[in-house]
Amino acid sequence: MDGVIGFFEQLGPNLQILGERMPLIVEGIWVTAQATALGGLLALAISIVFGVAQVAKYSVVRIIARIFVEFFRGTSLVVQLFWLAFVLPQLPYPFGWQLAPLAIGVLALGLNYGAYGAEVVRGSIGSVPKGQYEAISALSLSPVRGMFRIIIPQAWALMIPSLSNLWIQLLKGSAIVSTVLLYDLYFRIEQVRDQTGTWFAFLFALLAYYLIAWVIVILMNALEVRAKHKIGRGPALSKSWGTLFRSPGSVITEGSLFRAPISGGGKA
Amino acid sequence: MPENTAHPESPHIEFRDVVKRFGDNTVLNDLNFTVSKGERVTLIGPSGSGKTTILRLVMTLEELTGGYIHVGGEPLQYDEKGGKRLRVDDKQRRRTTTQIGMVFQHFNLFPNMSVLENIIEAPVHVMGLSKAEAVTKAEGLLEKVGMGEKRDFNPSQLSGGQQQRVAIARALAMDPEILLLDEVTSALDPELVGEVLGVLKDIAAETDISMLIVTHEMQFAKEVSDRVMMFDQGSIVEEGKPDLIFSEPENQRTRDFLRAVL
Repeated sequence: MDGVIGFFEQLGPNLQILGERMPLIVEGIWVTAQATALGGLLALAISIVFGVAQVAKYSVVRIIARIFVEFFRGTSLVVQLFWLAFVLPQLPYPFGWQLAPLAIGVLALGLNYGAYGAEVVRGSIGSVPKGQYEAISALSLSPVRGMFRIIIPQAWALMIPSLSNLWIQLLKGSAIVSTVLLYDLYFRIEQVRDQTGTWFAFLFALLAYYLIAWVIVILMNALEVRAKHKIGRGPALSKSWGTLFRSPGSVITEGSLFRAPISGGGKA
Repeated sequence: MPENTAHPESPHIEFRDVVKRFGDNTVLNDLNFTVSKGERVTLIGPSGSGKTTILRLVMTLEELTGGYIHVGGEPLQYDEKGGKRLRVDDKQRRRTTTQIGMVFQHFNLFPNMSVLENIIEAPVHVMGLSKAEAVTKAEGLLEKVGMGEKRDFNPSQLSGGQQQRVAIARALAMDPEILLLDEVTSALDPELVGEVLGVLKDIAAETDISMLIVTHEMQFAKEVSDRVMMFDQGSIVEEGKPDLIFSEPENQRTRDFLRAVL
């Protein structure tokens, strides 16, 4: 009953099966949403802490941050997940912890994507114009204060498009948490697949993940519009709802070949 | 006006045997000069002659390669102790630079803050003023630079000349004893230069802040300076009162330079 023809022949019954399974699928979506949201928040916190630490004055801090980033970026997410699920509980007291599946998923996703995010944060901080650092220095503001009050708010607007991409990747990466017994969207779809066949189940999976990704895009676009408006680039969020439904980071680049700048943003 | 309590008799700014290199490129070579308290000194000369570097060294935006700079009698970047050249730590440096204000060619206002927030940030968090005191002071300064109406605007909503006037108010809010002006009109459209120079002339007339000025506006230099120093290739080729320098320069390089810019 598989294949393209099977897909159309079985469409009616399959939709019915899907309907019957919907409560479980919704539970799966909820688990995926939790893993994505909590993992994303953890990744954001790690990104900022380790991104800033990589530009710290003290070389010890920079080196530790660098090692952390290289380690979690360079080792496989699957291995990290299995390590947390199966090695960590075997460590001698007091290090041996049997974490709940959701905690394992959130931790592994947060650490892995946080390491990528730290690079984004570091890059964005480096992209803030040198004159801003000089003005901080000329006003005798402390470097720490300058970093948090002046540099990071500007870097924030620059880093959102890349963080948005990372978050979407985290969502899709979250499908592997089913391997450590977390009953997420992917796990529930695998269950449906037995009855509906591969074509139908995975088409539904593609759509479901796509729709969740869309929610992230809209949310992050709103954050980006707001952040850019705060540093005087682009209109207020309340005046630009239409711009939320676009691909990440694609607007308000003045002088772009492919898109006119949004009206009201920047002067000639 | 806050008094310079450390060594009232010593020069306000003193450059002693100053050397600045960027890699193999020597920008300043064994430079010596002093600026007295309240004196306005304009640095002129062809681009690349090291004028801006001098200002940036005083603001500690560049690290000295050799020699010493003293501000108000205190060592700024390096100190000489027992024949050794010791780096002054960052905290001490910041304490000294608190009395120095700088206005930049490209304004460097903080785009994530309103005009008012730009001005009160340092008075509140460096000088320890209360927010109310800082706001009152900022409003007074904004009035003075003719920007009283724009306190809640974002820098991006202002013209270049307006942004630069806010930047001047921001520097003055710290009650600087020394003001460094680094080509403050070079990035402006010609019609906006006048409003900025006007504000600076008023400040020069009303205060006794010592000023080090790098500018290509020779008329402005003539009006506000007590002394003009002509630089070429990292050394002073000629200095003197503006009337003399501009009307009867002695050095051939000064003559060539002035002929080119006037």
